[in-house]
Amino acid sequence: MSIRDRACVVGVFEHPTRKADNISLAQLHAEVARGALADAGLAKDDVDGYYCAGDAPGLGGLSMADFMGLRLRHIDTTETGGSSYVVHVAHAAEAIAAGRCNVALITLAGRPRAEGMATGTAPRSYGPTSPDVPFEAPFGPTVVNQYAMAAMRHMHEFGTTSEQLAWIKVAASHHAQHNPHAMLREVVTVADVVGSPMISDPLHRLDCCVISDGGGAVIMARPEIAKSLKRPRVTLRGAGEAVKHQMGGQVDLTYTGARWSGPAAFESAGVTPADIKYVSIYDSFTITVLITLEDLGFCKKGDGGRFVSDGNLIAGTGRLPFNTDGGGLCNNHPANRGGMTKVIEAVRQLRGEAHPAVQVKNCDLALAHGTGGSLGTRHASATVIMERS
Amino acid sequence: MAAARSIPAPTPTPETAPFWEAAAKGKLLVKFCTACGKPHHYPRGICPFCNSDRTEWRESAGRGTIYSFSVMRRASPPYVLAYVTLEEGVTMMTNLVDCDFDALRIGQPVHVVFSPTDGGPPVPNFTPR
Repeated sequence: MSIRDRACVVGVFEHPTRKADNISLAQLHAEVARGALADAGLAKDDVDGYYCAGDAPGLGGLSMADFMGLRLRHIDTTETGGSSYVVHVAHAAEAIAAGRCNVALITLAGRPRAEGMATGTAPRSYGPTSPDVPFEAPFGPTVVNQYAMAAMRHMHEFGTTSEQLAWIKVAASHHAQHNPHAMLREVVTVADVVGSPMISDPLHRLDCCVISDGGGAVIMARPEIAKSLKRPRVTLRGAGEAVKHQMGGQVDLTYTGARWSGPAAFESAGVTPADIKYVSIYDSFTITVLITLEDLGFCKKGDGGRFVSDGNLIAGTGRLPFNTDGGGLCNNHPANRGGMTKVIEAVRQLRGEAHPAVQVKNCDLALAHGTGGSLGTRHASATVIMERS
Repeated sequence: MAAARSIPAPTPTPETAPFWEAAAKGKLLVKFCTACGKPHHYPRGICPFCNSDRTEWRESAGRGTIYSFSVMRRASPPYVLAYVTLEEGVTMMTNLVDCDFDALRIGQPVHVVFSPTDGGPPVPNFTPR
């Protein structure tokens, strides 16, 4: 079953908070849902499908449906870490195309900052029943040193440099200066990035994304419903998802699951990378963006360093404007899960509602990509291609 | 050279207990599948390549090369997370220990050393040869 043109994004909302000391997790989910419904011009009772992931409290979708008073005939709580919400966009389109729901709500929220979580530098363990844990946890894998190993290998094989990685942060900061909600609004230089403290070789502090509270929501609906609403129409054209892991010990850190999710998305959308006007690329770290752009086919494998250099990702001057909200690197990485905000900024661009300073001209086709888990071990890659109707 | 890091104990499962029992004797084991002939890591009872349950333990020579690594400068004490590719053909997550962190490089030959954990079996770490 093709999902091309079978579902539209009709509402989006990004919570303005970046530190939610006085808002509960469930309330954050409800607030982003309310915001996206208002954006769409729909009412709560129009929602008959709901999507959330591991960030939702309690029994996930059940607890949140109870809390928000949703009456559902379809529920999907696929958990792929930070890429979950990009996966959800595709799954919601499939459900809508199959007639299983008319209006699907997707929510994300979290409070890692209010809770004082050492997101990147403290080892996370999923408990001894996770089969990988006894063979990894003793060695102190954290988010940052796992991604750092991918960066190290990329540098070794392709000659990628810290300065090239830094250009990704520089581009994000150029965009974030226009976003009043962004955590880091100061424009930085390559020298600033490579001069910032080393966290885990070769990733510096400014190679890392922010830690922020907040959340976001997306509402998808049948095209007939989208046509009845007053907002600019954004249609899902294609999608792809893939899981990459250690392959039984045949570890290769030079590519991501985007190598598979990207071509699947382009094929289902019937377009090529050259057709894309704007990209939202998951940017947990600078290296995440570089490897993903290669895998999606925006440049050849190994050429990512050259491709991102010299402002090529900066809106208005670069060839491929990316993350014009400032991305996870400068704006927001709510719940340590960046997939949702990737979808939201792509929708803003397609609607012509990005900040005027970063709005891409004639932005009719955009790609959003999520990475959930770790490039160093196992992750899910999800790609969606959306079109202004 | 930094002070040793406190290492959380691994929890053996019924299928992986022989790996940890061998580790306690200073031996590194690798799982091989006798159906497809391929080694895999981390060890499983069912081959992740061909799905056969005909897997067996073999002792590794304990030699390999650094596939990638990162010095976690932010930690106290700093430590080195790494992937080492064994001569037997699998790449495993580990730490690089007893070495000058600033002199490490990808491709460097290393050999296994076992490091004690907090109340559990020792874990295989590696040090330059």
